[in-house]
Amino acid sequence: MIWLSWRQFRVQALVAAVFLAALAAVLGVTGLRLAHFYDSSGIGACTAAGATDCDRLQLDFLDHYHSLRVIGSLLIGAPAIIGAFWGAPLIARELEGGTHRLVWTQSVTRARWLAVKLAIVGAASVVVAAAFSALFTWWAGPLDRVAASGSRLTPAIFDQRGIVPVGYAAFAFTLGVTAGLLLRRTLPAMATTLVGFTAVRMTIQYGVRPHLLAPVHVSYPPPIYDQANSPLGTNAWVISSKVVDAAGHVVATGDPAGFSTNTLAAACHGSPNLPDTFFQQCADRLGLHNVATLQPASRYWAFQAWETAIFLALALALVAFCFWWTSRRTA
Amino acid sequence: MIEFRLDARSGVAPYQQLVQQVRQALRLGLLQEGDQLPTVKDVVARLAINPNTVLKAYRELEREGLAAGRPGLGTFVTRTLADASLTAHGPLRKDLTRWLAKARQAGLDDDSIEALFQDTFRASHRQGVA
Amino acid sequence: MTAALEASQLGKRYGQRWALRDCSLRVPAGSIVGLVGANGAGKSTLLHLAVGLLAPTSGTITVLGAKPAAGAHQLARVGFVAQDAPLYPGLRVAEHLRLGRRLNPGWDAHAATARIQRLGLDPRQRAGHLSGGQRAQLALTLAVAKRPELLLLDEPVASLDPLARREFLQRLMETVVDQHLTVVLSSHLLADVERVCDHLIVLAAGEVVLAGEVEELLAAHRVISGPARDPRRLPADQQVIQASHTDRQTTLLVRTTRPILDPAWTVSDVGLEELVLAYMSRSTPSLQSGDPGAVLHDAAEVRP
Repeated sequence: MIWLSWRQFRVQALVAAVFLAALAAVLGVTGLRLAHFYDSSGIGACTAAGATDCDRLQLDFLDHYHSLRVIGSLLIGAPAIIGAFWGAPLIARELEGGTHRLVWTQSVTRARWLAVKLAIVGAASVVVAAAFSALFTWWAGPLDRVAASGSRLTPAIFDQRGIVPVGYAAFAFTLGVTAGLLLRRTLPAMATTLVGFTAVRMTIQYGVRPHLLAPVHVSYPPPIYDQANSPLGTNAWVISSKVVDAAGHVVATGDPAGFSTNTLAAACHGSPNLPDTFFQQCADRLGLHNVATLQPASRYWAFQAWETAIFLALALALVAFCFWWTSRRTA
Repeated sequence: MIEFRLDARSGVAPYQQLVQQVRQALRLGLLQEGDQLPTVKDVVARLAINPNTVLKAYRELEREGLAAGRPGLGTFVTRTLADASLTAHGPLRKDLTRWLAKARQAGLDDDSIEALFQDTFRASHRQGVA
Repeated sequence: MTAALEASQLGKRYGQRWALRDCSLRVPAGSIVGLVGANGAGKSTLLHLAVGLLAPTSGTITVLGAKPAAGAHQLARVGFVAQDAPLYPGLRVAEHLRLGRRLNPGWDAHAATARIQRLGLDPRQRAGHLSGGQRAQLALTLAVAKRPELLLLDEPVASLDPLARREFLQRLMETVVDQHLTVVLSSHLLADVERVCDHLIVLAAGEVVLAGEVEELLAAHRVISGPARDPRRLPADQQVIQASHTDRQTTLLVRTTRPILDPAWTVSDVGLEELVLAYMSRSTPSLQSGDPGAVLHDAAEVRP
């Protein structure tokens, strides 16, 4: 059964291997350059010395390499592709081609057949996702170390690092297998997997993730927000931020720097060009202060673990369902 | 070795056809005493028929004393039908020649004669069944 | 004699439709059974139930004394060739044999290879490029090389040309002798069934309408014809299966255990084809009115 699973999976594995090799080559070359440039630009020395004007160096550095971040979007798409191309055809192809009437009448039980196929292709999915993720995490190392690049917990960055891609891949794969099992046709199963996976991912990303650990609420008074002395903590993931008056009414919403003259212009009935003192008086009069809901950067690994666990649990539930469904004998 | 054939539309049961073919072969001298009949497997592989048909035919031959099975070796012819050879039955032959002449005189061609014979022959079989 | 396959009031329903209903039958070990019926009569359903691809809605079925596909051991004892001989188009012939070897502990690799050679199949050719006859032969090889006790074939020769059909049956019969198989073979080609089968099961609209040993069935039926008569006035032990009348003449197919002695009747034997058609048309209302033979264009085949 192991031989058969592998033999059926051969071409797909080869394609992935070639792609992975190409990606490794590209990332390897650019990654080394990135690391080298980080060292030679002096950013490391600068931040270590505690100087506060490393900003310009950092921004220069980020400008240089920002365009390469598009590679990260590949990683976001990878789990869905694995689910659609490796998961959906696993059972759907057999049912569509009628070959289940051949293979289910050999001397292996359906449970064993399914177990081996899931194990082999599932393991491959997880390994490939882990490899992608490790590669990219290493590559983006210098970028992440630059404080100005933002929180690692920010959605677009969080999904491309660490262990969550493995959870995503496992879930996408099992979702694909389930879709193939229920729909019995490869193409509809692939389409359903892409749509379904995206829906679940987005729901968890926006609906669940911010609340996985109780967010921290920080309220801080004016003066106008100064990034260098941010009471929010370095690279925290700010989920929401608003400017609130003494009565609790929301005056303005936006990013933490929104306590700027632009944002307050409407509330204070003045043009943004007026001096800071005008806005200071306005803030005192109205009792304005910032209220931010955030997750501290230190919780990064906790979030990674939780989200991976959620997706692995979903994957396991789908696996159990697949076993139950195939034992029902309605082919 | 004798080679069997089967006429699916002859109206004669398959096993009977095999028996008849053995008898015919014996009469014509194509099979001699001690010759081996084809194995069940060989017959079945050539004719694509049920093995029981062959077994039934060979049992019938055994019953008639024409063949005997030797375990592990095969089925062998045990006696010839020399005394039932075509050279005997002089009177029957004469009757038949006379009848043929009559049939030709009545205007029947070869095919019609054969058809008439087959039909009457078969009908005479069936009368025993009703 | 033990039964290779036994069903008791077996039924399978899809939504509102019963594909198979109230089927009770018994396949003796060592027999070659022809499973006959029109398309949609339930032949495939019955075979799929026997092989564990379907689960019954009602009733039971036991195969070689156990539930179908009850475990790896049970699966090893039953060989199956589904309709159209499914194979993996991308796998080569040799790889299919490897599949058989890996998935069946009882696999006879030597016999399988010898058989492929004898059939003239190229081991390196992909199954998708084989002809219909070659596919059927390869599928049969896969089913018999695992040395099963029971072989189930779902219309294995339906789409083959006459030569390929003949060759398939030749190899099949040969294997039956070699391995002492019990075979259940579904077909709507009665000429083949007559040649090869010693038992018969006729399905019509999901029900068993006739079952038994071919010789016994043929011996128990007669076609009688004579002056026009009311079939209900026949003796009780003569069951009328099919009747057709003109104003002068009545022709009946009857089932009886005793000789027919009434001199008014002309009695003759029934051929297998005629017998099967008569039973099949009994349960098909549209065909009941006339002589079923008249509906056919090709007397050698049975079509709905």
